[in-house]
This record gives sequence, structure tokens and C-alpha cells, in this order.
Amino acid sequence: MTGFILILISAFFFPGVILRAKSIASGRKGPGIFQPVKEIGVLLRKGSVFSNATGVIFQIAPAISLASVICAMAVIPFANQNALISFEGDFVFFSYLLAFGKFFAIIAALDTGSSFEGMGANREAFFSMLVEPAFFILLATFAMFTGCTSFSDIFSHFFVTGNHYVLIYSIIGFYLFIQIAMIENSRLPVDDPKTHLELTMIHEVMILDNSGFDKALIHMGSYLKFSIYGALMYNVIVPAGWNVFLQVSLFMAVQIIFAMIIGLIESFRARNKMNLNPKFILTLSSIGLIAFLIILILTDKLI
Amino acid sequence: MSQKLYSEIKNNSISPDLKEIPVLQYDIFYELVCDFLKDEARHCIAYYGVPTSGILKLFCYIADDNNSSIAVFSHELDNNTIVLKSITPVCPQLQIFEREIHENFGVVFDGHPWMKPVRYSHYRSDKSNIIDNYPFYTIESEELHEVGVGPIHAGVIEPGHFRFICNGEKVLHLEIQLGYQHRGIEKLFIEKNDSLQRCILSESIAGDTSIGHALAHSQLIESLAGIEVSEALQIERCIALEMERLAVHIGDTAALCGDVAYQLGQVVCEALRTLIINATQLWCGNRLGKGLVRPGGSNYQMNDDVAGEILTVIADVDRRFGEVADRIYSLPSLLSRFEDIGKVTREQALTIGAVGMAARSCGISRDIRVTHPFQFYRSYPIQLLTVETGDVFARGMLRNLEVRESVKIICGLIEIWRRKEKIINKPVYNYKLKPNKVGISIVEGWRGEICHTVITDKGGNIENYKVKDPSMQNWLALALAVRNQEISDFPINNKSYNLSYCGNDL
Repeated sequence: MTGFILILISAFFFPGVILRAKSIASGRKGPGIFQPVKEIGVLLRKGSVFSNATGVIFQIAPAISLASVICAMAVIPFANQNALISFEGDFVFFSYLLAFGKFFAIIAALDTGSSFEGMGANREAFFSMLVEPAFFILLATFAMFTGCTSFSDIFSHFFVTGNHYVLIYSIIGFYLFIQIAMIENSRLPVDDPKTHLELTMIHEVMILDNSGFDKALIHMGSYLKFSIYGALMYNVIVPAGWNVFLQVSLFMAVQIIFAMIIGLIESFRARNKMNLNPKFILTLSSIGLIAFLIILILTDKLI
Repeated sequence: MSQKLYSEIKNNSISPDLKEIPVLQYDIFYELVCDFLKDEARHCIAYYGVPTSGILKLFCYIADDNNSSIAVFSHELDNNTIVLKSITPVCPQLQIFEREIHENFGVVFDGHPWMKPVRYSHYRSDKSNIIDNYPFYTIESEELHEVGVGPIHAGVIEPGHFRFICNGEKVLHLEIQLGYQHRGIEKLFIEKNDSLQRCILSESIAGDTSIGHALAHSQLIESLAGIEVSEALQIERCIALEMERLAVHIGDTAALCGDVAYQLGQVVCEALRTLIINATQLWCGNRLGKGLVRPGGSNYQMNDDVAGEILTVIADVDRRFGEVADRIYSLPSLLSRFEDIGKVTREQALTIGAVGMAARSCGISRDIRVTHPFQFYRSYPIQLLTVETGDVFARGMLRNLEVRESVKIICGLIEIWRRKEKIINKPVYNYKLKPNKVGISIVEGWRGEICHTVITDKGGNIENYKVKDPSMQNWLALALAVRNQEISDFPINNKSYNLSYCGNDL
């Protein structure tokens, strides 16, 4: 339960920290940390406008997406406590819950019948598909390393195997979770959340027709996803056995650092050319594979 | 054979009498124009029709870069001729001009591959042609899909419609349809009798080139009214033109960075552009230089304070822009977005008659400041800069080089200006234009050559006024650039040209 609440809390300041980091890196003061959340408040008080071309799918999709993200949150553990829901193989459940939400976002975009949104949906589906192997290879590596198959068990056993090679997985896991989080949340270098150019957008173009309340739900889902990945990253770098109060502050620190890293990456590089994205995303899978091979060798399973 | 077939004039010089320009039979006109345009040092700068008492007269201006002259050809259509042999199949650079004549006067050019409407002007010949019933080019296929963008765009872009035919992410064909910004500028030049209004009108042809267009207009008026301006004023005008070039080039570099999500380059260049336009504001009270260029004189004489401020600002901008540009054009993640994107070959650019930056980024030496110098450029030779590759990188790099060069030009010009006697008159508004004349004035704005032509009647009133913004020829370069590119690279290609919608629509 603590994990669930902590993720909720960190989602409040996460987008604000990214924005602030970007502003400061570009020599500006930037808006307050809670500005994006305040904007959600404004959106929530507005009604939604639906185009005549859309059907019921378009209207329910944002709610379903947000619901799937909140459910996915429930399987993330914190410290030594079990997650709200925990069972064997729950990381598969986690991944496909997020995919389920994304699936609805994609068919909602197709529902509008706009050529832009179709294009965006097509790109989003393609890139999400490519990022999936990276996630599963990483989790399979962890599962093999710890011998457990649920998030709660994996992370509570992660640092107690007594194996010092765990540092390698911490680093690789940290790196891959940053990249996967940035791709899943449509940030640089794969997508650019700030662009106003429909033709280059991926995620933004899918939600062009959403307004008011629905748009707020979509934003909430995206902020929550950020802190979910932040929580996963936290779990691979901080041993679960530490004091809980220390962990709470460390958790917040990791989330803030993660947000700042995203802000800084976005300040000092350009986004990829669209046809380089598949290569870029597949690189993550190959890094995952290398980690996987290392563990096979180290645990003498590769004979 | 000794009979002259065309008139030769120099840029910004005393214009010939209307009747001195020989009127040719169409077959001779056709042969001559085709023959002239074979040489790649020549290109068409304007070709348009003038309806005079029921007879349509065609004028074709071809600039010759070798001897800085402009050849004028003319042809008179009989009352009953409406079909002419199109020159476009031989010289594709005339395509836009023939389309314009067709749209405005209904002349049919036989053999023209595609009589696509240019801008749906208010005075077009066939009013039943409207954008709503325009048949866009289509390709029948199961695999291909069409993407229509605009006319209303996200952000602050002017209206214009782009229709892509794509195979997945790859663009097979882009069709550009403009005309949403049509205001009837050319008609207004004739209707407005107040010369101040005409100046303001010229500044509003394309908002980002107000100094360029105002200079082209003032130059034209001065040559027709026989007004001489002092060298000090000529220098000031050149400085103003270079300031505009600096501001827009730096702003475009910012926009290029913005389009590929490189925040640092974007914010730094935006800040630098502000410094430049604020210096312009200090000089004339308007950041875009409106009101600065007027025929015969100037309301805002440069003084030592302004000159000093400009020098300080551009020295600062030069240093800071140098730093950021070095970074932009060496950062791998940016280079991969700029290099080999939207390539237009030198042959393509020559074929479509690209002008200005679009031509220079493909290695064509076409710069009016060098080839047909005007104002103080006649006594202050500048370096003609070209980049060979013709891709987005080339267009960005050319901006970078031109910024550095403009800084040098401004410093050099201010140095000379300080030694000149500063007699600058107030603007002349009650001028009288010489009757029955043809006048032409070309100016190298930041985007390329701006051409204003005028024909006066026997009372010295403006009978016909024609404006040609460089965008008119260059839009086709954009359509060629995105072929076989990814559709997601269209915005960066578009930005790298930064063509004017209203300059085309008039």
C-alpha cells in the first residue's frame, strides 16, 4: 500500500520537475513544480467535446487507459512490503495492463478517422511493440537471477542473493528502465511532447481530438506511468531490506533525480529521425540480451 | 537582323519607354526565351500579362548574371488568340508564370503539363474555379494513403494546404495549394493614389521581408520619378536589409532547432534574434523595420548613437551565435536530422529556376547583391556564399555563413558611413512618375530576389504593378525536397526553406 501511495504522491511533482529542469537548463525560470497538476485541475473542470465522427470507443478510451495504469500501479512493491496485488508472473500482467490501455488509446485514435491520428496510432503501436522484448528480457533476467517471478519477490530477493554481480543488473536495469520509461511516455529521443507539428508527432497526435476531462485523464495516466517506472528503477537500485523511513525519502530522491535526468536529456539533444527509432529501441533489447547472457554464464546455466 | 528583338535594362536604372520594347511574334518570342534560358547564368525573374484596352500584352524579364543586365521580351496577343504554345516543357522554370497568366487571363498554354491554380485571385478569369472543387492529384492504389495538412495549421504558421501521397511513412508526392492569404496587393497598388499608402502596402506584402519589399518599391519609384538618393542613405538601406537578413536567419536557425526538439539551440537563437530586432526598433521604432525605407529619403536617419548600438549588438550576436552555431552543426544528434534530409540537386534547382537561398544552398551562384547590385552594393562588393549539398544541412549552414557575412558587411558599411557626408532628405511622397515607362527593381531580400515591376500610362499613373516574391518559384523546391523522404521530415524541410505564403498569394 505504501508503494501505491508513494507513486501517487510522486506523480504530483514529476512532470513539474521535468519542466523545471528543462527551463533552468535553457536559462529560464520556469513554472512552478505543481503547474502541470494545476492544469489538470483546470481540465477536469471543463467538459469534453466529441467530434461527430467518433463513437463510443473514443469516449471510453481515456478512462480505460487511466484505469489500466492505476491497476498496473498495484503490482509495484515498495521496500519489503508486498504490493497490493502480487502473484506469480505479475510482471506479465503489469506489461499487458499497460498495453491494454495503450490499445484503447490506439483504437480511439483510429476511431476519429483523421489521417494524422491514424499515422500516430500506427507509429505508437509499432514502437510499443518493439519496446516489449526489452522489458521482458530484462524482467526474465531478474527472474532468473532471483529465482522468483513476481515483482514483490524479485525485488525483495534482488539484493539478498549475496551475489555482487547484482550491481551490473542494477545499472543495466536502471538504464533500461529510464529508456523504456521515456519511450513509453513518448519523450525524447523517440517522440517530442512539445512539438506543434502534427506530422512528426507520435503520441501527441493521437490525443489531438481529446479535450477537457478526457484530456486530463490522459495526462494523469502519463504522469502516473512516469512515477511507476521511477518506482521500478528505485527497486533495482535500493535494497529492499533498508529502513522504511530512509526508503521513503530515498524513493522521493530517486523520483526527482529521474525527472531531472529526463529534463536534462531533453535539453541537450535532438530527437531521432523517425526511421532511426526502431534501431534505437531494438538496441535496448540487445542490451537486455547481453545482461541475460551474462547471468546465464555466471550462474553456470549455459553449458 | 540588326533589328533589336528585346530591350536591355540594368537593375534600378532609368527605365525604357514602353514603346521602345519590341513586340515580337509569339514564335520568335518563344524561340528567344527558350534560347536565352539555355544558359544557366540566366533565369526568368518575372513573366506576366498586362491587359491594356482589351489586348493582353505579355512581358518576360530574364536576368543575365554575366553582364548584370535584364532582357525584356514582349508579345501582344490578338483579341481572338487564347491558345499559346507553352514554354514550360522546354524551360520548366516558367511553369508558375504561365500558370499565373492562365489563371488571371484564361490564356491556354498548349503543352503545359499541369495548369494548377496559383492563388485563386479575386480577378481570375474563371470565377467558377474555387478551392472547394479543386481536383487534387491522386494516385489510385490500395497501398497508398493521402494525408491532407492545413490550411489551418497548429502553431503560428500561415494558411496553406499540403496534400501528401504516402506509402507508409514515405512521401511519394506532395502537392502544395496556396491562395488562402490572397489580398489583391497588386490591384491595391493601382487603386491607392496616396504614395504613403503604397509604401505601407509594400511593407505588408510579406511581413518577414518588410524591409526587402519596401526597398524594392522605393527603388522602383525613385527610378521612375528620377529621384537620386545620397550615398549615405544607400548605405543605411543596405544596413537595414542586412539587419533583416540577420534577424530572420537567426530566427530560422532557432526554428530549425525547435523542430528537431533541440532546446538549447532554440532558446539561444531566439534570444539573439530579439537583440537584433530590438536594435532595429531603436533605429526606427519598429522591430521589423516598418517605416524605415521610404522613397527619396528617410524619416529615421542613422546617427552615431544608433550606429554604435548596432555595432555593439552585432558584435555580441556574432560571438554568441558563433558559439551556438558551432555546436549545432557539430552535434551528432542534430547532424543526423539535418544531413541528407530533403536533398534538392543542383540540376533540379536550375530546372525549376530556384532563386535566393534555395538556389545558393544547391551550389548555384545566384545573389542579386553580387550579380545585379543595387544601392550601395554597387560600390561595396560582397562575397557570394554557396553550399553544395542542397539538403536541410546546407540550408541551415548557408544561414550560418550568411549571418557571419552580414555581420562583416554591416561593420564595413558603418565604417564607410561614418566618413560620408550625411545629407539625407525627408521622404518624397508627391513624386510624379514618368509616363509610358516600364520599370523594374530587384532586391536580394533574405529569402531571395524580390522583383517589383511597374508600367505607367501616359498620365504617369500606375497602370500595372507586379510583385514577385522569391517564394513563388521556390515552393516547388520544397515539393521536390520531400519526395521519397519520410513524412515526419516534412516540417523540418518546410522550416529550412521558410517560404512565404502571403508572398505567393499577394
